[in-house]
This record gives sequence, C-alpha cells and structure tokens, in this order.
Amino acid sequence: MTSTAHAVSIPTTPKTEKQGKRGKRPKVGGIHRGGRDAWLLVLPALIPVVLFSVYPLAQGILLGFTDAKAGLNQAVTYNGLDNYTQLLGNELFWNSFRIGLIWAFGVTILQFFCALGLALLLNLDLKLRWLARTLALVPWAMPPVIIAIMWRLMLNPTYGPINGFLRSIGLPGDINWLGDFSTALPAVIVVGVWAGMPQTTVTLLAGLQNVSAELHEAAAIDGASTFRRFWHITLPALRPVIVAITTLDLIWNFNSFALVYVLTAGGPGGQTMLPMLFAYNEAFRYGNFGYAAAMGNVMVIIIAAFLFFYLRSQARSRLS
Amino acid sequence: MTTATLAGTRSRRITRPLQYVALLAYIIFLGFPLLFLLITAFKTPQELQSPTPAFLPQQFNVDNFTAAIEKANLFQAAGNSLFVAVLTTVIVTVISLPAAYALARFRTRLRGIATGWILLSQVFPFILIIIPLFLVLKQIGLINNLFGLVLVYTVWSLPFALWMLQGYVVGVPAELEEAGAMDGASRFRVLRTIVLPLLAPGLVATSLFTFISSWNEFFFALVLIQDPRLQTLPLTLARFVGAEGQVQLGQLAAASLLATIPSLVFFALIQRRLTSGLMSGAVKG
Repeated sequence: MTSTAHAVSIPTTPKTEKQGKRGKRPKVGGIHRGGRDAWLLVLPALIPVVLFSVYPLAQGILLGFTDAKAGLNQAVTYNGLDNYTQLLGNELFWNSFRIGLIWAFGVTILQFFCALGLALLLNLDLKLRWLARTLALVPWAMPPVIIAIMWRLMLNPTYGPINGFLRSIGLPGDINWLGDFSTALPAVIVVGVWAGMPQTTVTLLAGLQNVSAELHEAAAIDGASTFRRFWHITLPALRPVIVAITTLDLIWNFNSFALVYVLTAGGPGGQTMLPMLFAYNEAFRYGNFGYAAAMGNVMVIIIAAFLFFYLRSQARSRLS
Repeated sequence: MTTATLAGTRSRRITRPLQYVALLAYIIFLGFPLLFLLITAFKTPQELQSPTPAFLPQQFNVDNFTAAIEKANLFQAAGNSLFVAVLTTVIVTVISLPAAYALARFRTRLRGIATGWILLSQVFPFILIIIPLFLVLKQIGLINNLFGLVLVYTVWSLPFALWMLQGYVVGVPAELEEAGAMDGASRFRVLRTIVLPLLAPGLVATSLFTFISSWNEFFFALVLIQDPRLQTLPLTLARFVGAEGQVQLGQLAAASLLATIPSLVFFALIQRRLTSGLMSGAVKG
C-alpha cells in the first residue's frame, strides 16, 4: 500500500511488563474467565479481517494456479504450474522484476544513508534543527499521489526548477527527467527516497537517543575519535533498529505503487515498470486474473527469500 | 581540562560548520519541493508558460484555487474522501477498542496470532489481495460503491490500529482496574470510568492515523471505483495529471495543496505521539 499508511512499529513487548503482568492479572474482577472473554472482545475485529483479508489472501494464492480471467461466467480451472512456466519465458515480467529490485534496493539503501545522516544531525544541538525535523516529517502525512504530482512539477522539462537551475549554471537544462530512458529510473528513485525519509529518520533518531551517553563519554576521555566512537559504540547499539527498519523499508518499497503510477505509469518504454504496476496492468487492463496472481506469488516468494537470508545473516552475526 | 576534551573542542570548531552545511542541504532537499508546489499554486498561466519563469509569483493570485475546485470537481471528490475516511475511522475505532483491550490484557494464543498476522500482512503484495477482493465485492455488489471502499479500508487499517491501541492499553496500569473492582464497581463500569478516560489520547491518535491512511489511499480506490462521481481525492488528482498542460500546472498544484491540508493538520496533532510512543517498541527490539 501507500508508504504514508505505515508507521513504524516493530511489535515487541518490553520485558518488565511481561513479568509484572502474569502474577497480577488473575486478581482483576472476572478475568479468570479470560479465554472466552478475550474471544468475544476480539470477534468484531476478527470477522471482517478473516472475511475480507485472510480469505481473499488465501484465495489469491490459489488463484495463481488457475486460468481465471475477468468477466462474468468464466469457467475457472486449475492449470497447475502452467502460469509459472509461461512466466519463466515472459521477458517483460523478468525485466519488470529486475527494475523492481533496482528500485527497492536503490531506494532502501539511499534512504537508509540519507536518513542516518539526518538522524545524526538532528541528534546534535544545532540551530534550525526544528525546521529540518518538521520538514522531514511532512512526506509522511502527504498522500503519495500528491508527492508524485509535486515531483512532476520539480522535474518538468520546461517549467521545472531543476532544469532551470542547470540552465542558470550553464549546463544543458532541457532534460526530460521522467521521459528519458536513462534518467527515468534514477529520477523515480530520488522521489522514492524523499517520500520514505520520515519513517526511517524517526526510527533511527529514536534509536540514537537510546545509545548510552556514558559509553560515549568514556570513549571520548580515552581519546577515541568521533568516527571511532560512531563505528564502535553507536553503530553496534543501533543495529537492531537498523535491521528492523531496512527490512520494513525493503518490503514497503518493493510493494509500492501509487508514487510511480502517477509519476511515470511505468514509462518510458517500461523503464520504470515496477512489478506491482506490471501485475496491475495484467489483471485490470488485460483481465488475466490468474496470471497476475501468479506474478504476485512469485513476488512473495522472492521477497520472502531475501528477507530470510538477510534476517538470518543478521541474527548470526549478532550471536557471534 | 584533559587533553581529550581540548581535542574535542578543537575538532568541533572544524566539524560544526560542516554539520550546518549538511543540515542546510537536507533542509533544501526536503523543503524546496514543498515551497515550489506552494509557489506554483499562486502563479498565473502566463507566468507558468513564460520561457524564462521567475521564481516567485508576481502577485498573490488565487484563481488557480477557484478554477481547480470547479474543474476537477474537487468538492465532490473531497466529499467522497471525507465520507469514506470518517466512516472507516469510526468503524475501526469501535471494533478495535475491545479487541485491543483483549490483546493487551489477556495472554492467550490470540496475541501471538494477531502479531503474526500484522507482520505477515505487510509482506504480501496487494495484487494478491485485490484480485479476489475485487471478485468478492463484485458478487455482493460493492464495486463502484463507497461502502465497498469503507469495508476494504477498515480491514486494511485494522491490524495497525489494533496494534497501536493495544500499546496504549498496556500503558494503563492493571492495578487501577483491580482497585476499581475491589471497590465493587462492575467490570463495565471499571472500563468506562477508569480505563476509557486514560485511553482517550491513544484513541485520538489511533483514529487520526486511520483517517490519514484512508484519506491518502490510492491503490484500492483505483481498482474499486470507476464511476467519476464516486472518485476520492487521490483518484481525481491522478486523473487530472494525465490531462495537464503547461497552463494547468497552477491548478494542479492548488488542488494538491488543498487535498493535503486535512492529513497535514491531523498529522501535526499526533506526530509527537507517533514518533515517541510507537517508536519505543522499535527501540527496545
């Protein structure tokens, strides 16, 4: 979904609560009947989620093994792995997949470094810090469609200020950023970074504020340079936060749709055709529901594989 | 004074200006596009078409705003967006409140399942959910229907609202409920008079966040709404983009600004909670 929709919350219960609550809870009036009461309270939320979220998802996965098409009274039959053998030979899809990976990794990595830099600055006692902080949060509240419209203005070949600036310093200022084969994907990635800065910055800043100040002081007295303190104290302390936020960013970016749909609609010539846009066209423009669902399945498997290896390697190096 | 701190002040004299340069670069990168959108909204078509456009508009011209409201049917779209967002917010708040309480207070298997689902629902691409959902909604006649959109938004924002709200419930000490129960108050009364008032800030934050998500949403609306009269604001604006000429850039910018205001205002109200309260989970991870 849209990047604005997400706030960062990595569900973890603080340890102290767990210990504190177990002993106390049974005392609260009527709570020993906990199990049934809990189900009753959860039911109003559970029913719609199961009906319109769990069920469609299961259905969607199954649909990937059928030849379902749009339109009424279409007989749907299971065709096993036909969709996938067809997908294997679909160069357009794999090209879109490659673009999707470049986009997702490009945005996530750039976003991380930009956000880390900003978070480090915001953690210092600088003037104008409030302004940077406020500005860094604005993209979070903006609808992605409007972020895209705004950047279309910025990147407009004739009216846009970016070309205007290039012209004023004597460079060729007639670049069609979103329409040119070589610049479209990089331009779209820059917009993706802009749009996703808030969550990453805020999370990293919260992480930084939890890094022990005593350790820093002790290291400073021992004569460690700023860089060495950053490398040996800040970074290791920040590690869980970094792993969590880059994982989420990667998923969100890989699944993002609205921003690029409005910016380029996948053009020029499919240069920015993210897998989500490709599958959307397949399903709702050409009506190949089964085939599009199969693409969705492939996307899940590959992103899940990436996450598995990333999280496992992080868990391992944390243990060692 | 030790040598270490002396060295520290010396290096600070060099790094401070660099830090300000970097901060300024961030401010320009983050702020300039917003400023430019604002400026464009006030420019006349002549200024927009000029081969050598001036940076600032010559006068404070609000024609773009009035023209955009008329042309793009902005009022109707805003009405649709408002209807969908408000109804979604009310439903989500009402059904997530008891569920959040149960998740926070009872340690059953539910909690694990709910957490698992919230995380899992993030990974799946929406294309997998939207096709069957489209088919189901078509069967029950909720395609091209704002209630259908409300249904989808409710389901889609529920996991997050639930998680956010149960965090606030955890923050209300269970001892308060015990004290109330000992004084002979009924369970319902304890919840209404003790827990609910303490949850108020959390409820406000959760509902505003739900409102913003629904107000900003684009993908589901694109698939589920085809009737132009039922379009929400993001849909209307996205259609506007295709038809824009150089002349209409001002109107587009004006419409975009107007459409951003509600989310921006609500976000400003809750951002402190979002950034402090919610992040505590992330930090301890």
